[in-house]
Amino acid sequence: MDLSACDVLVVGGGGAGLRAAIAVAETHPKLRIAVISKVYPMRSHTVSAEGGAAAVIKAGDTLDQHAYDTISGGDWLCDQDAVEAFVREAPEEMLRLEHWGCPWSRETDGHVAVRPFGGMTAQRTWFAADKTGFHMLHTLFQTTLKYDDAIQRYDESFVTRLLVDEGRCQGVVAIELATGKVQAITAKAVILCTGGCGKVFPFTTNANIKNGDGMALAYRAGAPLKDMEFVQYHPTGLPFTGILITEAARAEGGWLLNKDGYRYLQDYDLGKPEPTPVLRTMELGPRDRLSQCFVKEQEKGRTLEGPYGHYVHLDIRHLGEEVIDRKLPFVRELCHKYVGIDPVREMIPVRPVVHYMMGGIHTDIHGATPLPGLYAAGEAACVSINGANRLGSNSLTECLVFGARAGKAAAAFATSQEEPSPSLLAQATDEQRRLEEKFLRKLGGTERIATLRAEMHETMEESAGIYRAGAILEKAAEKLQSLQERSGNLSLDDHSYTFNTELTAALELSYMLDVAEAIVQSALKRRESRGSHQRTDYPDRDDKEFLRHSVAYRAADGPPRIEHLPATITRWPPAQRVYGR
Amino acid sequence: MPPTVALTVTRYRPERESAPTMQTYEVPFRKDWVVLDALNYIKDRLDGTLSFRWSCRMGVCGSCGMMVNGSPKLTCAAFLSDSLPGPIRVEPLNYFPVVRDLVVEITDFMRKLKKVKPWIIREDERPLAEGEYRQTPDELDRYKQFSMCINCMLCYSACPIYGLEPSFIGPAAIALAQRYNMDSRDEGGRERLEILSEHDGIWQCTFVGECTKVCPKNVDPAGAIQQLKLTGAIHWLKTLLPWGRG
Amino acid sequence: MSAESHYTPYHPRWYRRRVSVWWWLQNRAYAGFVLRELTSVFVALFAGVSLWQLRALAEGPEAYARFLARLGTPLFVILNTVAFLFILFHSITWFNLAPTAMVVRLRGKRLPDWVVVGMNYSAWLVLSGVVAFILLRG
Repeated sequence: MDLSACDVLVVGGGGAGLRAAIAVAETHPKLRIAVISKVYPMRSHTVSAEGGAAAVIKAGDTLDQHAYDTISGGDWLCDQDAVEAFVREAPEEMLRLEHWGCPWSRETDGHVAVRPFGGMTAQRTWFAADKTGFHMLHTLFQTTLKYDDAIQRYDESFVTRLLVDEGRCQGVVAIELATGKVQAITAKAVILCTGGCGKVFPFTTNANIKNGDGMALAYRAGAPLKDMEFVQYHPTGLPFTGILITEAARAEGGWLLNKDGYRYLQDYDLGKPEPTPVLRTMELGPRDRLSQCFVKEQEKGRTLEGPYGHYVHLDIRHLGEEVIDRKLPFVRELCHKYVGIDPVREMIPVRPVVHYMMGGIHTDIHGATPLPGLYAAGEAACVSINGANRLGSNSLTECLVFGARAGKAAAAFATSQEEPSPSLLAQATDEQRRLEEKFLRKLGGTERIATLRAEMHETMEESAGIYRAGAILEKAAEKLQSLQERSGNLSLDDHSYTFNTELTAALELSYMLDVAEAIVQSALKRRESRGSHQRTDYPDRDDKEFLRHSVAYRAADGPPRIEHLPATITRWPPAQRVYGR
Repeated sequence: MPPTVALTVTRYRPERESAPTMQTYEVPFRKDWVVLDALNYIKDRLDGTLSFRWSCRMGVCGSCGMMVNGSPKLTCAAFLSDSLPGPIRVEPLNYFPVVRDLVVEITDFMRKLKKVKPWIIREDERPLAEGEYRQTPDELDRYKQFSMCINCMLCYSACPIYGLEPSFIGPAAIALAQRYNMDSRDEGGRERLEILSEHDGIWQCTFVGECTKVCPKNVDPAGAIQQLKLTGAIHWLKTLLPWGRG
Repeated sequence: MSAESHYTPYHPRWYRRRVSVWWWLQNRAYAGFVLRELTSVFVALFAGVSLWQLRALAEGPEAYARFLARLGTPLFVILNTVAFLFILFHSITWFNLAPTAMVVRLRGKRLPDWVVVGMNYSAWLVLSGVVAFILLRG
């Protein structure tokens, strides 16, 4: 058992995690900071984000407008105080990143350029061609390299458990993948920035590493998960691979066409089709509405059918080669590589795929969870600024704003704490024993990881898709319960200590099953339709009963207990969510 | 098209063996499968003990680099149909130590990335209240290509110099240095040139050019290195002149 | 971040593959590269012959006639032909590689590769033309 100590421990090395680490290094230079991640930081999923990051910067745009767009985009489930703080701090964070070297695309006079994006009333999405997340992550990572000695990194170390003692979080237990050594890292504050959980579903833009690790860790430690039923389907993913085709393609003027070549969004109260994009109209509507339109078109039999299911067409041919090569080069590359088509000349087959998790670990506006010493930021957290549906380009900014906030809050907390107690070592040894018994030394068993994962995928796709129904959710809850039991009897081939990826797959499966259960149970208890959670048995929005967050607490056995927290309303009383007019 | 294809894969389990061996698996052939899909099929259905790295499967995270039929490739972008006929050889990236199966040890690379000081170096930072540093699209163009590196290390696996002299800083690290050197906001060119002109820096490169050939993102590290050689040489010549110092 | 991440470095069980002495036979690109580097030998040879020629010139017409006779022997004809081919290979490969090292910008835009390559070949042609003219005229 390897034992090390630090003051602030960041779990996850993506946009939020790295920003948090830098925030601590800059505001509290004497603190020992550690960043632990199961992959090298530049592999974090922030890297695949494409479209852009929103912040108010141009004349004619106001913070209130950004806030209103976000709140209405979230179908009024957002906590408005959090949204106000978010839009206020966003421009400064983005400028800071620019000063750190981020290669934002520019206007001819050298100012940062912005583009329109779904659900926004003004152009405020900063972008770096169509690889914004890639450039942001690499800029953040390269900037952290400057903080010699301040930040200790634990690369390819897989966290398996939070250490909790005396009612507060005091560190983690992790496996160093290369050697299989179990390490206990104590900390005075822990920040979870582990991202979302898209891999709970079969078709997702998400990478293999998005298994809801941090969410499950917090959940198991007693911190609640909030608004888990809100799963965002991105309207334009490639069939089969699920690879993301950025919203920027629509922002630059792309059209969604059904099998008759008809811009079908006009049938669904999203405005009238114009030749060039109009903000908050048609293809620039919010993601949840666009994904719902796809399902409705499919029911009407107006979608195309291919070897990997139904799809529609995204047409960007009319943008011309010059614009595509300048603003959407990565889209062209992806289409060419994975579909074998050139979007300059042919239409792109697309369908909605799971993309983002609005829900996550419940935090306040400073990133603190109800468990003292535990913080969260980024997609893993739910503050909530995204409510029932996230607007595109808010998430990358969220990583920066709340990564910084959580970093500063965690650092302030850490300065007031004593060194962690030695009794944590006993917990860590316990965990080491559990890993040995249940996985490394375990022989026999009947269940295969791949089978359980496939069954979980099927269950989630069926029950927690774009449209849901109570009866199907009930069945899914039972099925997930049985999968949990079966996962206690895994048959594992790999008993090695050296880079055992079957072990990590088994641990990830257990995280995903916990998170899946929270999603299904939260969806079951929300008997209304709001944003990305649409119930066929409760098709209307019910502000009287459900203008509140679902907060799921893990139960020792049986389904989680779902409690409620009212959404914080400050200046924007709930109203009708209108697009296209 | 054949119904199945054979994959011959490197296996290395350090607890049981002292050297790698090869193992062959038969996987279904699908025309839209990449090598990574085949590896996942093996891991899920045939042999759970096969270890390899992967994440995004869309060619942007840089995790899944391996040797496919002797050439370094991103396995998420190497289609089975392009690697026919079988058996398709899948081996760990060249010139890095092997940890396990197809997983290589990359701390050397991580150390080199840091060595070139890949961050904006400036005398004075402009306060945020004054807004962004102005940079025209043409100025952005000067370093844009070098900023596209996904750190996949295929270039290191293609570089025979790195294979023969592992202390060589290497293509990706130098390209990253040049990315900052050419960034109009940066003032650290001189500082980086000193580091890069050391023994294991740019002058170890003999311009084989394979790094640029295998780069999946068209970063052109060979170009970065040769351009730096030119800059370095001119800079050195200037220091010979009495007024050229400092 | 500290240069070493907290990690167990240099684990004795990491397998280090030896690079074979015949690494350059592995693929065409490597073999081409080694051949290109070998051309330096022939460049040196040509330089040596030129120096020899200069010395023969300096020593007078008989010495020069002896030099020319030597150069006419089969051994030297073959050697010079081989050397000339290698020099051609040397020039062509380096001209083709020129745009990689030489980035020329005109009004903010980078000149395309073929222009830079073309400039090199044109200069070569012009210079060869000038030299040929001088030699053949007299």
